[in-house]
Amino acid sequence: MITIDAAGMHYKELNRLIREGIGKGIKKFFLENINGQYYIGDGIKGDDVVININGTPGNDIGAFMDGPTLIVNNNAQDNIGNTMNAGKIIIKGDAGDVVGYGMRGGRIYILGNAGYRVGIHMKGYNEQLPIIIIGGKVGSFFAEYMAGGIIVLLGLDDSDEFDGDYFASGMHGGTIYLRKKIDFSKYSKDVELYEADENDMNFLKKYLIEYADSFNIPSEEISGKPFYKIMPSSARPYAHLYTSA
Amino acid sequence: MTKSSFSNIQSEYLALIDHNKCVRCKRCIQNCGWGTYSFGGDKILADHSKCVACGRCYTYCPEGAISIVKNPTVLRENANWKEGLIKNIWRQSETGGIVISGMGTTFKYKKYFDHILLDACQVTNPSIDPLREPMELRTYLGKKPSRLDVGLDENGESVLKSKMPPQIELQTPFIFGAMSYGSISLNAQKAMALAARALGIVMNTGEGGLHDDLVPFGKNIIVQVASGRFGVHRDYLNSGVAVEIKIGQGAKPGIGGHLPGEKIGADISRTRMIPVGTDAISPAPHHDIYSIEDLRQLIYAVKEATDYEKPVSVKVAAVHNIAAIVSGIVRAGADIVYIDGYTGGTGAAPNIIKDHVGIPIELALAQVDERLRDEGIRNEASIIAAGSIRSSADAVKAIALGADAVAIGTAALVVMGCHVCGKCNTGNCSWGITTQRPELVRRLDPEVYGERLYNLISAWSHEIQEVLGAMGVNSIESLRGSRERLRGVELTDAELKALGIKHAGL
Repeated sequence: MITIDAAGMHYKELNRLIREGIGKGIKKFFLENINGQYYIGDGIKGDDVVININGTPGNDIGAFMDGPTLIVNNNAQDNIGNTMNAGKIIIKGDAGDVVGYGMRGGRIYILGNAGYRVGIHMKGYNEQLPIIIIGGKVGSFFAEYMAGGIIVLLGLDDSDEFDGDYFASGMHGGTIYLRKKIDFSKYSKDVELYEADENDMNFLKKYLIEYADSFNIPSEEISGKPFYKIMPSSARPYAHLYTSA
Repeated sequence: MTKSSFSNIQSEYLALIDHNKCVRCKRCIQNCGWGTYSFGGDKILADHSKCVACGRCYTYCPEGAISIVKNPTVLRENANWKEGLIKNIWRQSETGGIVISGMGTTFKYKKYFDHILLDACQVTNPSIDPLREPMELRTYLGKKPSRLDVGLDENGESVLKSKMPPQIELQTPFIFGAMSYGSISLNAQKAMALAARALGIVMNTGEGGLHDDLVPFGKNIIVQVASGRFGVHRDYLNSGVAVEIKIGQGAKPGIGGHLPGEKIGADISRTRMIPVGTDAISPAPHHDIYSIEDLRQLIYAVKEATDYEKPVSVKVAAVHNIAAIVSGIVRAGADIVYIDGYTGGTGAAPNIIKDHVGIPIELALAQVDERLRDEGIRNEASIIAAGSIRSSADAVKAIALGADAVAIGTAALVVMGCHVCGKCNTGNCSWGITTQRPELVRRLDPEVYGERLYNLISAWSHEIQEVLGAMGVNSIESLRGSRERLRGVELTDAELKALGIKHAGL
């Protein structure tokens, strides 16, 4: 275990200390006085490494990350889990734009809202199944070009406020689950809405429990309502757009 | 609307068989990836409409019984209503689609390399004989420090105190340009990997991930990160000698990648982590890059993930304000800038973009080199030039215009048998290059073509040494940006000014 006081520290120095610590076999990190440092957890490995972040981290936390867990006890900024491969990011507040861009595996749990382009170009293949669960609302271009993985929108505050525009445009793989029905006319024509069945709920159960535990929410509060799911209507939405010369 | 199957488009080529020579061995049926040939019971039949003139059948016909000719009966000649324009109107009226194709533009724009002449020594300064005297082609790509600190060690010997930024060492100033696993076959990538290792140069994965079979070639590989982030993860970033962030490509500036679903089989689906048969679309921009500042953020995200041990390259298409753009890229922290001219190739791109967007690499290079020198930051990044480098002469001229090294893509595929038919997007390549069909891929032997690639680059390197010797220069570095050694012919004042060269005779 190590505590790093990051007050006034440049991200390059902070991340060097983290990489060195992991190299020495340290498993638990407590980062204090974090104030906008970029790239925390960028490209690090180690399934049992846990980094607690106190303060507000800067962009690109967990980029290219491959195994560790990041816990942000506050809001976070843009590009969380950029092209992340494995591990877990827990945000006990709101997240900025472009969460999980090109994400390939691991989990991102956000208690509050997230910004634009969440889950853009998320991928998945067999056991590599990235999962994002968001407690609040999301901005426009949600799940754009989504090609795999799972995103769950919980809408925990139960308000009827609309999520973003251009919902799931270009989606051609993966599944989105919704805890509240959104006006379907707002969705892209590339997707279709279904009611989640028992198989879906059984699949989601362990992730929803893990999510609830991460934020100390009673899990009944989440699972008490019917879920819907959104899937692409075609694996090839742009097939007819082109003709060969 | 009801769709009529009748097409106005007639066969572009005729596959003619001399039945007196033909021994019905059926090799043509086997070799053609397009299904042109079939056996009619007693003789070979040809469906001309399927022929794309890829040259595979006649190359492998043991009797020389096949000839492919341009269909002489197609359309009236008209300099304004050209054949291609009329056919595209038919094609688009029949399908409603955007016309796409592979390879670079087929338009006849001015090729500036063909209007630039090299200098040579006569009397007043001696030329060098490269057969007898040392002639250095070794090139280092990466940031060069603005100053060097030299000190003394404990024994009083001079030592370099400055820490050199990471460099890619090339034994000759060529690299293989980015062509992804998906757009080309694994065997085509392996041929380049074998050649790169033997030559002491590098190849580039393109945006398709790194196949396990290529991992051992890491010292000769640049890995690419593009907007679709296909195949990108921590170990991938650390598996090559450098990481390239692809912003743009000369064949399709401003738009993203497009690997048609026909080429997404099980293995590509696994490496790209997308469904089988889907179109692999890379978004037009990186959605984490909307500015130079954002580019800096991704460059340093990559540097953090690679512990600052790998140079980071940024690839852009040559467009109108390229000099200012490259200045920004260098200031954002790129160690290498790869500039791709408008005649560069692609696996698939809309013709509207390919034929009408971008600028020539020659003009871009001269402007970029001049701008970076003016701003005092030319040492901050190396420049790679690409966009149909067709010969060693093009390479020498590109270096004299300001490049550190050149990249070849189409030329490398031509080595493997490519006849530049431009149908890469269909996935039917008879040569086993731009296809994922196992029976076609199998015929491309990486050892054979690896050796031929080695031969080509060795020959071009010797030619460059000859030219350097003639100019009295004994190192390729001494020629970089030396535009005084170039002269133009048949060029306007504006063109000469943009190229930064004098007219021949002056």
